[in-house]
Amino acid sequence: MSIIVQNISKSYNDIKAVENISFEVKEGELFGLIGPDGAGKTTIFRILTTLLLSNEGSATVADFDVVKDYKSIRNSVGYMPGKFSLYQDLTVEENLTFFATIFGTTIEENYDLIKDIYIQIEPFKKRRAGALSGGMKQKLALCCALIHKPKVLFLDEPTTGVDPVSRKEFWEMLKQLQKKGITILVSTPYMDEAAMCDRIALIQKGKILKIDSPENVTKKYDKIIYDIRAKDTYQLIQDLKHYPSQYSVFAFGEYLHYIDKKQNFNSTELLTYLQNKNHTEIEIHISNPTIEDVFMDL
Amino acid sequence: MKTILFIIQKEFRQIFRNKAMLPIIFVLPLLQLLILSNAASFEVKNIQFSYIDSDHSAASRKLITNFKASSYFKVIQSFNSKTEANHEMQKGKVDVILEIPNHFERNLIKEKKSSLSVSINAIDGAAAGIENVYITQIITAFNQNIQTNLFQYNEATYVQPQNIVTIPSFWYNNTLNYKTFMVPGILVLLVTMLTLFLSSMNIVREKEMGTLEQINVTPIKKYQFIIGKLFPFWVLGLVILTVGLLIAKLIFNVPILGNIGLIYLFTSVYLFVILGIGLFISNHTETQQQAMFIAWFFTVIFILMSGLFTPIESMPQWAQNVTLFNPIRYFVEIIRMVMLKGATFLDISFQFFIIVLYAFILNGLAVLSYKKVN
Repeated sequence: MSIIVQNISKSYNDIKAVENISFEVKEGELFGLIGPDGAGKTTIFRILTTLLLSNEGSATVADFDVVKDYKSIRNSVGYMPGKFSLYQDLTVEENLTFFATIFGTTIEENYDLIKDIYIQIEPFKKRRAGALSGGMKQKLALCCALIHKPKVLFLDEPTTGVDPVSRKEFWEMLKQLQKKGITILVSTPYMDEAAMCDRIALIQKGKILKIDSPENVTKKYDKIIYDIRAKDTYQLIQDLKHYPSQYSVFAFGEYLHYIDKKQNFNSTELLTYLQNKNHTEIEIHISNPTIEDVFMDL
Repeated sequence: MKTILFIIQKEFRQIFRNKAMLPIIFVLPLLQLLILSNAASFEVKNIQFSYIDSDHSAASRKLITNFKASSYFKVIQSFNSKTEANHEMQKGKVDVILEIPNHFERNLIKEKKSSLSVSINAIDGAAAGIENVYITQIITAFNQNIQTNLFQYNEATYVQPQNIVTIPSFWYNNTLNYKTFMVPGILVLLVTMLTLFLSSMNIVREKEMGTLEQINVTPIKKYQFIIGKLFPFWVLGLVILTVGLLIAKLIFNVPILGNIGLIYLFTSVYLFVILGIGLFISNHTETQQQAMFIAWFFTVIFILMSGLFTPIESMPQWAQNVTLFNPIRYFVEIIRMVMLKGATFLDISFQFFIIVLYAFILNGLAVLSYKKVN
């Protein structure tokens, strides 16, 4: 096991940030912490990277205890905080050399590990980090986190504020790194990225709601979801909420996701109901559950 | 060691890439030294002097001439009545009103005594005190003069006038040149302020930018990071001192009687104290703004209680005791002693060891309060 978290709790004054959290990450696994802002993802990262002490529970990273062996952990993990935190007034190359040096290594020594990523930003190596675009900054930050060949890589919301194309590229890079045997713990508020992980933990308000592979999470979902669309979306939400047997309604892209309480739900009944409410251009059909649907239901 | 060197290198790079930094380090001290040293004078000059001469005698005219002759007073006008004069004082046009009463000369001759009335604008108490001394000096001189003359002429017998004359000799600053006295002090102020501000804001800046968090997960040692961060400012402090000493010598021609190496020796230890304070402040603040305000708070107290502008001897006893904890106080004392008096190491050893002690205490506190984990 690469990461073992057992019954970790941490509160700031009276506010409980994480409560009794336990999970395990296998070696070479790409594990995702999925949850909205304020769910406690960053707190877990800070505890595992030895920046924060938990109130209760224990955790090990790469077989080192986060409290007793914090020095060994700092040598063997890479951490990329959510906020870009490299020196903006140093150049790309200087930043990388700086982090290599304080880890007691050189760029050349571990070049093969970062090569694929670094090659994309190499043309700008004389440019100051502050002048890079969002996607470039993120690649540089990843290079800096990898320069000492860590066993475990912690990525706290690496794709927040990055454009969709760069996000996709970034996840491909993570898949590549995984092939090189690096365990990766990544957090994200985007449900669509969850499908890229081997396993995910759905987390909300400091508690883990579910741990499973993304496929199983959706496969085990037992309710039927209907995509519903009509001309007046706002009125549609209002009317669906007043439908006697409704279970939940929420907006999902251009459709509304509707779940009914009854097993023998008949969509034509709903259609007549909506027609009576003067809705036009009504569409109703069954949709495949996504992780977001599961999350909304938890 | 390699890590420390690398951090130092990185720090210097960042300092010199910051466009505002170079002027702050080299131009500001120069400007401040030039402006403050010329402006921060304790001499009171151009006193707006006015008088009401109700006597119109030879004696009263002689007295007024004496005031006119003094370079400190600017005789602006004479008034006919006290009300008129008071009115001008009210408006702030005059600082001093001398009222010579009717029969001033007659009373002097007949009764051998007479009285004068002097009103001084004491909005600025310190200046009023000095003005009073000047006025008293002129009147005393006039008095002695007229007494002897009157004795000689009015009494039948000739009496040899006997006066005690004092000629003060000002040691270590013959001409009482206030620049000689102020420039070393202001130099101390500059070295302290710049190193304290720059160092206290530096580590906070890393906190604000989030880079500190990235640094904290690396295996870098506490001492490596602190030394690497603070060493550049220690060097900068010495550079500022050098620039200041050159200005003092070349522009103000301040004598440097003592061994200049002694000043550098003291400053190099003194800077540890200041950097320790800076580090301590940055450990206990979250933003550069907070650090700035706290550093500013300490600097103001340190400066006002350093003996730079007001002599420590004239402070109340409790305040004198407080100044014992003020590092600037010792630096001001020492730089004046070494530069003006030519003090040797033995003369300043007391202050030197106190500063060494402070350096240990403050840096100890600062290092203890720096935590990589919270």
